Amino acid sequence: MAKTLEDKQYLIRFNCDKKSHLEVLNHDLCATDCPDKACTLFCPGEVYKWEGDRMFVGYEGCHECGSCRIGCPHENIKWEYPKGGHGVVFRLA
Amino acid sequence: MSEKFDVIVVGAGPAGTSCAYTAAQNGLKVLLIERGEYPGAKNVMGGILYRKQLEEIIPEFWKEAPIERPVVEQRFWFLDKESMVTTSYKGLDWGKEPFNNFTVLRAKFDKWFAEKAVEQGALLINETVVTECLVEDGKVIGVKTDRPDGDVYADVVVLADGVNSLLGKQLGFHKEWKPNEVALTVMEVLKIQKKVINERFNIKDDQGVSVEIFGDATQGILGTGFLYTNKDSVNIGVGTTLSGMVKKKLKPYELLERLKDHPMIQPYIEGAETQEYLAHLIPEGGYHAIPKLVGDGVLVVGDAAQFVNAIHREGSNMAMASGKMAAETIIEAKEIGDYSERTLDSYRTTIYDSFIGKDLKKYKEAAHTFEENPQYFQEYIPLMNEAMHTFFSVDGTPKREKQKKIMAKMTAGRGKLGLAKDMYKAWKAVK
Repeated sequence: MAKTLEDKQYLIRFNCDKKSHLEVLNHDLCATDCPDKACTLFCPGEVYKWEGDRMFVGYEGCHECGSCRIGCPHENIKWEYPKGGHGVVFRLA
Repeated sequence: MSEKFDVIVVGAGPAGTSCAYTAAQNGLKVLLIERGEYPGAKNVMGGILYRKQLEEIIPEFWKEAPIERPVVEQRFWFLDKESMVTTSYKGLDWGKEPFNNFTVLRAKFDKWFAEKAVEQGALLINETVVTECLVEDGKVIGVKTDRPDGDVYADVVVLADGVNSLLGKQLGFHKEWKPNEVALTVMEVLKIQKKVINERFNIKDDQGVSVEIFGDATQGILGTGFLYTNKDSVNIGVGTTLSGMVKKKLKPYELLERLKDHPMIQPYIEGAETQEYLAHLIPEGGYHAIPKLVGDGVLVVGDAAQFVNAIHREGSNMAMASGKMAAETIIEAKEIGDYSERTLDSYRTTIYDSFIGKDLKKYKEAAHTFEENPQYFQEYIPLMNEAMHTFFSVDGTPKREKQKKIMAKMTAGRGKLGLAKDMYKAWKAVK
């Protein structure tokens, strides 16, 4: 059974676009006004990672659930659907 | 794609497909647009589909639809750390026609359902994102897609674009959802041999079980876990309000891992192989969160309209019913050639007069009550377990004394009055 998120994400098919459909609008805001960096915790694909002093967005592993757009306390994430046919491809459920 | 349709349906989930099916069946020219590689590629649900609403669209669908198992038993597990109080209902008539509900795998089911709409004459276009509604003089006249020259026109556009409904937001039908109006749910499909599932859940090949799990499944936060039997796999998942997840700084996949490792759950899934991991939001804002449903040339259905009854885990059935109601309204509108908000408004009144509006109204304070009063999940479920433990442990203490002790524990935190108030509040929320 898959235990780590890495194992789980490996099981999913992602048909990635070259261009990100997710964008942090103001990177300074993450550094100065967001001590919790909630998106790095609740995102089910761990798309958001705080590295050093900057938010990195690994859009390739996005489940397109919309949680980051709604859950970001500063409405600091621009959220679109990936281009038609791209992004996550669920197969079984 | 410059031709004009009677109806454009955005999103080939249960709501959009049932709308497209019904409209096409009645001779309307329908375009069904899906952003995934195929219908179902972007869709997730725990896996329970009720029979009644789909049967009204496709009679005896279970004879050909890719369903997993009819559910004959509904179990409820109230978990503590190393114990649980359980209740369940098993009815063998649910295993016979016409059945009550089924477990389904969405990628298979949605693909099949959309094909049925195509058989009725709807045109299905996959791999296409609708980026915005085309509006002229306040009336929706079509959609813009991400295809080259991708504007398409129709008399009515149906928004079946799911929980996030960016299009509903674009039209100003709703503001951004609040984190307590959506539940973030993650699940895994676990491969287990049919024979092993049957043994562990005490069922036959053509019988299924659904388990709803409360308390320790969500570490006391408002939300539930679930375990549903498919043919030769089980779906296990857990979800809480997004607000709860943010507040408690939880990682959803860790919550799921904790549930899978729970000593009460682990024996059911031992030795299983993970096939897929999925995440999705569920619109659980209830009655108060229902957006504007009708505009000039536009209707909103399914998850996009927040039609989910979280207390009864109903959603896809409401989606299908609302899609059908929308189609019927459009058919009437076509007869008189008027697609204004005034004419289409009969969809709104139909929804509110139906079980959708009535059920959501009945539970309109439920989520709010349970979120504002975390004691139900945090205190009462452990207390329930403790009470059972005390009462059934034979240690020489007379039963009457045990009852007194249990009562003292129950009222220790909040007092007799507090307990009574809590019970009344819970009853009021679901009455």
